[in-house]
Amino acid sequence: MKPAAFDYLRAESLGEALDALTQYGEDARVIAGGQSLGPMLNMRLSAPAVLVDIMGLPELDRIEFSDDGAMAAAGATQARFMGRLELRRAQPLLHEAMPWIGHVQTRSRGTVCGSLANADPAAELPLLLAVVGGAAIAQSSSGQRAIPATDFFLGMFETALQPDELLLAVKFNAPTPGAGVAFREVAERHGDFAIVAAAAAADADGVTLGFGGLDDRPHVTRFDGLNKADAKQAVTDLAAGLNPQSDPKADATYRRRLARELGLEVVLKAMERRHAV
Amino acid sequence: MAFRHIGTSPERVEDAALLTGRGRFIDDLPVPPGALHAAILRSPHPHAEIRGISAEEALALPGVAAVVTGLDVKALTRPFLVSVRSPIEHYPIAVDRARYVGEPVAVVLARDRYVAEDALELIEVDYAPLPVAVDPIAALEDDAPVLHAANGSNLVSDRSFDYGEVDAAFAAADHKVSIKTVYPRSLASPVECFGMIADYDPHEDVYDVLTHFQGPYAIQPVMAMALQVPSSRLRIRTPPDSGGSFGVKQGVAPYAVLMAVAARIAKRPVKWIEDRMEHLTAAGSATNRVTKLEAAVMADGKVTALRWDQIEDVGAYLKAPEPATLYRMHACMTGAYDIPNLAIRNRVVVTNKTPTGLNRGFGGPQVFFPLEQLMRKIGRVVGRDPLGIIRRNLVRPSRMPYTTPSGGIFDSGDYGALVEQALLEGNFADLEETRSRARHAGKLYGIGYAACVEPTISNMGYITTVLSPEERERAGPKGGAQANATVSVDPLGGVSVSIASTPQGQGHKTVIRQVVAEALGIAPEAVRVNAELDTARDAWSIASGNYSCRFAGAVAGAAWRAANELKTRLARIAAAKFDVPAELLDFRDGKIIHRENTNIGIDFKRLAGESHWAAATLPKDLPQALSVTEFWSPEVLQPPDNDDRINGSAAYGFIFDFCGVEIDRATGHVKIDRYISAHDAGRLLHPAMADGQTQGGFAHGLGAALMEELAYDKDGAFLSASLADYPMPTACEVPTLKIVHRETPSPVTPLGAKGIGEGATMSAPVCLANAVADALGLEQVDLPLRPAKIAALIEARGL
Repeated sequence: MKPAAFDYLRAESLGEALDALTQYGEDARVIAGGQSLGPMLNMRLSAPAVLVDIMGLPELDRIEFSDDGAMAAAGATQARFMGRLELRRAQPLLHEAMPWIGHVQTRSRGTVCGSLANADPAAELPLLLAVVGGAAIAQSSSGQRAIPATDFFLGMFETALQPDELLLAVKFNAPTPGAGVAFREVAERHGDFAIVAAAAAADADGVTLGFGGLDDRPHVTRFDGLNKADAKQAVTDLAAGLNPQSDPKADATYRRRLARELGLEVVLKAMERRHAV
Repeated sequence: MAFRHIGTSPERVEDAALLTGRGRFIDDLPVPPGALHAAILRSPHPHAEIRGISAEEALALPGVAAVVTGLDVKALTRPFLVSVRSPIEHYPIAVDRARYVGEPVAVVLARDRYVAEDALELIEVDYAPLPVAVDPIAALEDDAPVLHAANGSNLVSDRSFDYGEVDAAFAAADHKVSIKTVYPRSLASPVECFGMIADYDPHEDVYDVLTHFQGPYAIQPVMAMALQVPSSRLRIRTPPDSGGSFGVKQGVAPYAVLMAVAARIAKRPVKWIEDRMEHLTAAGSATNRVTKLEAAVMADGKVTALRWDQIEDVGAYLKAPEPATLYRMHACMTGAYDIPNLAIRNRVVVTNKTPTGLNRGFGGPQVFFPLEQLMRKIGRVVGRDPLGIIRRNLVRPSRMPYTTPSGGIFDSGDYGALVEQALLEGNFADLEETRSRARHAGKLYGIGYAACVEPTISNMGYITTVLSPEERERAGPKGGAQANATVSVDPLGGVSVSIASTPQGQGHKTVIRQVVAEALGIAPEAVRVNAELDTARDAWSIASGNYSCRFAGAVAGAAWRAANELKTRLARIAAAKFDVPAELLDFRDGKIIHRENTNIGIDFKRLAGESHWAAATLPKDLPQALSVTEFWSPEVLQPPDNDDRINGSAAYGFIFDFCGVEIDRATGHVKIDRYISAHDAGRLLHPAMADGQTQGGFAHGLGAALMEELAYDKDGAFLSASLADYPMPTACEVPTLKIVHRETPSPVTPLGAKGIGEGATMSAPVCLANAVADALGLEQVDLPLRPAKIAALIEARGL
């Protein structure tokens, strides 16, 4: 469990980091908190030629809240982001769900953007971004673009980022006024990756329900005009049609069961939590 | 005996260093100049012929000093000796065939571990994969692939035992109740993995290995014979600290041989630190076992006979001291119950899995899992609550010492009294009400029980029960268990103690201080304990080490005896000095004082220093009072008799657990609502440590019950190589126990103490299984009770 040799570049400026990505492309990996990448390097599941460390850049350590939602730049740790008092109002689903991410220790180093760029299908942050909507801001030395949340996750550990692009920041949309949200996940132990995680946001027009852990990327469904009486049938039908992965921890049958049970729980809870504006 | 220090719970002398990061573990120690770092290439195949190994590219990598293969090792060693007569050859590395995923195939020695791991990727091995035998039952079939051709089949031992009148008891029984269980593999997996620094001195032909080998040191001669040297030319030294073991660090033995040979080949010292993936894959495992158990039962629930059929899967090789997991419990196969008739068939089978070894609970969980599920089933058959069946069958105090049909001698205890005390202190009445209320509310709530005996201080001869009486006769009878301690006084009257006990964090130094201070009437602070072991310098024997709960009973007992012998010698010197009878001299408060005339007395320090400073003035006929080494072996530990009866352990504790669990109907999660663990471990030397052992043993038991399994697929691929795939409970998953103690001093051990280190590791798996089965209305369940499995049961039963 020792990594293969790599060059380590601690970027002194954003430009230097971006230049390195342009120069080395697929051979470079960005390291932020390193909570997933570190073990992958040690197990030689990832063997980049160059590791570009962006944690020394103060301009990337930004967190912003506005009426449009919440923004975390590439260096913002999960602990700092969820520790901000504004989060509860700006993005209540994240406020509720972020304590489920790993452990205090991993959140204190792990970054919001790092988890999204890593795109583990069982991780919480990709699911949350997919449910609340927003955009990934990708920056390369040739320019910047915003990738809508719906287009960002392409597969297991796979995103729309190009090899020369850094995930500069992520924007989470503000909730619809009056919306209710709920989150629940099942893991074998506290802090483990979810076997299945479910997140719901309910507004006056319907409910958005998302699952993590089922598929190679977050699985999001929109139920327009759903009312409480129909919720059970709708979620049961949805779960029955799922074709989730099987692994030694949990087979597809169990994941469908969890999708049904947790899905209904969060949908009903989110609907109950709707409030007048 | 009224004690001042024994039975109190002072702060541990070990903790200051450990809690401030100043422990000295193997990987913290300096390496000798020129040391090489080893990395091991391991077989990715569960079964494959090795047709060739090409290491040229690896050797060409700058920084690589040597690549050691099975043929190199074979040339310098002999196969490990095993307890069973069998033609199986086991070297510490695969020679011409790999038989499990993770078996060492080559060792790279390089300037650092990074380069060594780079080189692993450059070695080419020509494997020819072979068909596999993974499941122990399938491995016994006629057409199963055979792991060791010389053995002819995968069956390496098949012994049957018959004690009492088993057939007659079954013929007279009102009911025959049987159960079949499959116990999975698990590993206690300490926080610190294996590590060692090995060296070879060609001038004296001496191997020297610094490693946290935990014993039993009966394996030291096994290692020496493999290295083809006498025991005196294999020096094993232990580092000051060892980061947990729970039996598992017995498994460093084959690696110590491997690295010792590697050092000899490279002519340089070699350091090897095992990583977590290696540890989970290949360090060892508790045995998995398939058991059929049948009971002859009278109408009132009284069990009159048991018939066991155990198939023990030891993995690819019989690694010494296996099949000890199977035979350690041989003396107590009737559990905590008075059952006069007993039949046992034990089969040992090899499969394409990691070889097994010591693991906390050592054979206990595998026995109590079927036995205590059977007791519950008996209750269902005769229409009684399981608790009634337990009470009906427990060994009664009037029967103590109680001899089991297979020769165990239960030394002491009032099992029934502890059960009643636990039910009272654990508020059992409320638990039953809670279950009723929960069930009325539509919840899945269950109660489980387990009653177990905890054998402590292993008889070094028990493993020979695997041999026939004739084979034993030829080999020479083996029995007993030497424990030792040395107590010395220094020129300034300070006291030093060394013990052959190899602790891994338990707090042995703290307890030995208490014991020796007690004996000598001095302050514990005046006693310094060294628990490092050096086989070239310290007193030791084959039972040395730390396993099978032997510390409190045997090692602390030996220290007590050594300190008392030193006290006797000091008293005689003082008696001669003051011309008074030695019996009238008391040792207390750091002084030796005449009991009736307190004007007569001397400071302990002054008297203790005299054998150093004034040896010439001491009476000639008195023994010196400088240093005393005591060896102690319990007399009750004898070799197996001609009828295969064996007292496998010197003393036997008693455990009674009960618990309430609620199952989340939606997710299948088991929530432990409450868990009560009651123990009679004889005299408790340090009650806080006893509680710590109980809580820790429970954590291991909970892990085995609810989440842990070293899993293989049907093709022999290993599925649990990381902690993401092998979940172990953390503090968040382990509830706080209600712990109950009852102290019945053992008449066998010097201080009346028995072990408590395995404790709930033995009882919790089956206690939790019984509770889950109760909640789901099932006759029995299999482990581990992971949520997906429970959800499937809920779905199948339409709950």
